[in-house]
Amino acid sequence: MSSADIYREIILDYYRNPRNYGKLDDADVVVRDSNPLCGDEIEMHIKFEDGKVKDIKFNGKGCAISQASASMLTEIVMNKSVDEVKRIGKEDILTNLGLTNLGPARIKEDADKLY
Amino acid sequence: MLSVIDVDRVREDFPILKRRLKNGKSLVYFDNAATTQKPKQVIDAIYDYYINYNSNIHRGVHQLAVEATEAYESSRRKAARFINAGEDEVIFTRNTTEAINLVAYAWARKSIQKDDGIIITELEHHSNIVPWQMVAKEKGARLHYIRVNLEHSDDGSLVLDDIHTLLRENDVRLVAVSHMSNVLGTIIPVKDIINVCKNYDKSIKVLVDGAQSTPHMPINVKDVQCDFFAFSAHKMLGPTGVGVLYAERELLDVMDPFLTGGDMIREVHKYDTRWNDLPWRFEAGTPNIADVIGFGAAIDYLDSIGMSNVRAYEHELTKYMLSRLREVKDIRVYGSMDADERGAVFSFTLADIHPHDLASILDEDGIAIRSGHHCAQPLMERLGVAATSRASLYIYNTKEEIDRFIESLNRARLIFRLG
Repeated sequence: MSSADIYREIILDYYRNPRNYGKLDDADVVVRDSNPLCGDEIEMHIKFEDGKVKDIKFNGKGCAISQASASMLTEIVMNKSVDEVKRIGKEDILTNLGLTNLGPARIKEDADKLY
Repeated sequence: MLSVIDVDRVREDFPILKRRLKNGKSLVYFDNAATTQKPKQVIDAIYDYYINYNSNIHRGVHQLAVEATEAYESSRRKAARFINAGEDEVIFTRNTTEAINLVAYAWARKSIQKDDGIIITELEHHSNIVPWQMVAKEKGARLHYIRVNLEHSDDGSLVLDDIHTLLRENDVRLVAVSHMSNVLGTIIPVKDIINVCKNYDKSIKVLVDGAQSTPHMPINVKDVQCDFFAFSAHKMLGPTGVGVLYAERELLDVMDPFLTGGDMIREVHKYDTRWNDLPWRFEAGTPNIADVIGFGAAIDYLDSIGMSNVRAYEHELTKYMLSRLREVKDIRVYGSMDADERGAVFSFTLADIHPHDLASILDEDGIAIRSGHHCAQPLMERLGVAATSRASLYIYNTKEEIDRFIESLNRARLIFRLG
């Protein structure tokens, strides 16, 4: 994919105006991961209620794809049951991002780390 | 046009510069601070060794062993001459990191005691930080940092006054300092630093990390009067897997061996061993013979150009690069904007484009730069950024390539919808 295809308006919008950015004071789960190769850092805060994701926020630092995909993921899992969340795979995220055929350097760093 | 080096002729010697990348673009290689490309003379020397005289070295009486030993030791003579050291003061290691670790294990662990001071700087590569953290923790010694100036015109230089304070307030045994920053390009006045330290207390040892300076400027360890000097072959046209530690003869004489086993011994008995002479005492096991021989060819190549010419050419490239970078909107360049004070390593950020995204866009245009923390996280912390983009140049780079690079930066601005 060329850069013009990767960095479409929607990705830049989620990068510059990330949805669900921040922290939850009453989170049930906080997961943090980083990628030493590119310095990406992502922290997810999740609050569950009745087996569903009641609220979710993320924060961190990273490239446009990593930040946009993290933000989109929070929207995808919101109000979903834990079982539904577990079934979400890398391909679902890439589809949401409108990305196919990203090089291995980008996929590894930007998508796999979310799981 | 640039005159000190015939760059077209130089480029002819580097086969990789002719390759086309997957989208048909020609290569602009601006990642020389990570590793440099290799001229065919170096590749041929390695090939020649394996084809014609592959053999283990030292103590062999057959012709191949004699030839291989002579080629290996001739690289040592070349490396010694290149930095104005004695032949028995040049130890081959795997890389700069191993050279620094050799000092940490064989000298520092014996010579540094509880509460002693070790001084390093905020702009060091991790390879000149972590070994000293380890020594400090193990010995109960104290690690101190000389700060980096990040204000205006003195961007990227060291706060040299810190040295006086640190020397006064601590029982300093070792100062370990980079000769050129791999992030900011700053050339550190190591001779002045060493003078200050030695005037304060002659017994203070100074290690200079020359990984980024040795490829780009004339080096004279006797003039600088450092006790240890470390650098890597692969950043100066040589192969990977070869580093050099220079240490003063008197120091090597009293140092314990680092790795032990074959080749570093004079006599081995069942329960004790006599060490070999210098410098072989510090080269245990079969060394990286082929690549050391290749390194010799790299030194010959640089010698044929002349290190003053290398520096002069890169100075011209640096001046041009800085003037072109100034034209780019929303760019922030870290480090000095004065070509006299720096080498051709340029760290920068462009608006809110993450360095990783920027490197991807440039890669699409055939331009290889690096993005990330450049193994200098304490410096990144000081700069207040998680990552930067870094372009680093060498003798085969041209002004035309700088133009292509600037054009690509402007394309990245458009892709990120920056007006």
